[in-house]
Amino acid sequence: MDTCIEKIKAICTDLLANGEVEKVIGFAGGSIPMATRPIAVTSEADVEKLVFNAFCGLNLANYVSKNNLPKNGAKIAVVAKGCDARNLVTHMVENQVPREKVFIIGVPCTGMVDKRMIAQRFEDEITQCTQDGDTLTVTSALQQEVIAKKDVLRHNCQYCTHRNPPVYDVMSGDPVEEQILDQPFPDVDHIASMDPETRWDHFAELTKNCIRCYACRNACPLCYCPTCFVDESSPQWVGKGQDKTDITTFHFLRAFHCAGRCTDCGACVEACPMGINVRDFTRKLNKDALDLFGWEAGMDLDRRPPLDVYSPDDPDDFIK
Amino acid sequence: MMGNLLEHMGVDRDRLHFSWISSAEATKFVDVVKEISDKVRALGTTKKFAKDYTK
Repeated sequence: MDTCIEKIKAICTDLLANGEVEKVIGFAGGSIPMATRPIAVTSEADVEKLVFNAFCGLNLANYVSKNNLPKNGAKIAVVAKGCDARNLVTHMVENQVPREKVFIIGVPCTGMVDKRMIAQRFEDEITQCTQDGDTLTVTSALQQEVIAKKDVLRHNCQYCTHRNPPVYDVMSGDPVEEQILDQPFPDVDHIASMDPETRWDHFAELTKNCIRCYACRNACPLCYCPTCFVDESSPQWVGKGQDKTDITTFHFLRAFHCAGRCTDCGACVEACPMGINVRDFTRKLNKDALDLFGWEAGMDLDRRPPLDVYSPDDPDDFIK
Repeated sequence: MMGNLLEHMGVDRDRLHFSWISSAEATKFVDVVKEISDKVRALGTTKKFAKDYTK
């Protein structure tokens, strides 16, 4: 995967030089160890700023919307992992962005790392982190550790079955082998095995530290509504404070707005400053979309999402 | 899927009801509302998704 970046840079230089794209949305290095930030590269001189490593956990499809498409004939190029590309497809399927306006630079992805999992191994602040292929060398003032990337993969990356972009214009490397999982949703099954009161307590405990910063929503490429239901004040759908009912309502509705659309990219969890695994909500919906409708979001430009179309075969045993 | 998610979160499934009732089916509407009311009354007061305004 680390060889991809040279190919990505070469592709971007070409695209910008021949004027095919107005800008390239990619990842640049962050200001602290183990961080990256999204960047829009508009000139060939800035292509050198692009990076691609195990810390590119955000979803770049979030930075493509119908409001920032080039007005002329040019396109916008996006460096896309499997999940980013699937979210771009979701944008297209939902008529937000036309396919011909986006140039997808596909990146075969072997997963991103969970920074909190790494930080837990250290008593003090991490001052440096370098990646060499599948190993990370992490340094703090007190200790240095060499960590295998696969041991600290994010949960969504561990259970990812679409590491290669299903739709792309050019690939920046050879496709990686897709994982085949016997149990794709063990976390959902685990929660489902609890009794209702324990499940309720689980979600109450999960969201108890939520500060309502909406970082999960802002990081999510699915959340492109001009006015979000939580920001609406007339009518006010949900209270704005720290009341636990309001917090639960926010998380429940935010998740449900992602039903049949979520690609489990993990950007919500990546963005959460309180370390809340909000994917516990969306994963249940992803499981149901797969079990009830055989649907995985963002795989196909020509198939309509399950909650978008009616079929006589739709499950209807809940209607009494 | 919404019902499934609520149930997954620990909300009692009997508190949520989906029906298809035509505007011409007044009696069915009454029957369904009666049935739901009875079910929910039997379950008692919920503490889930309910704000405590006494605080």
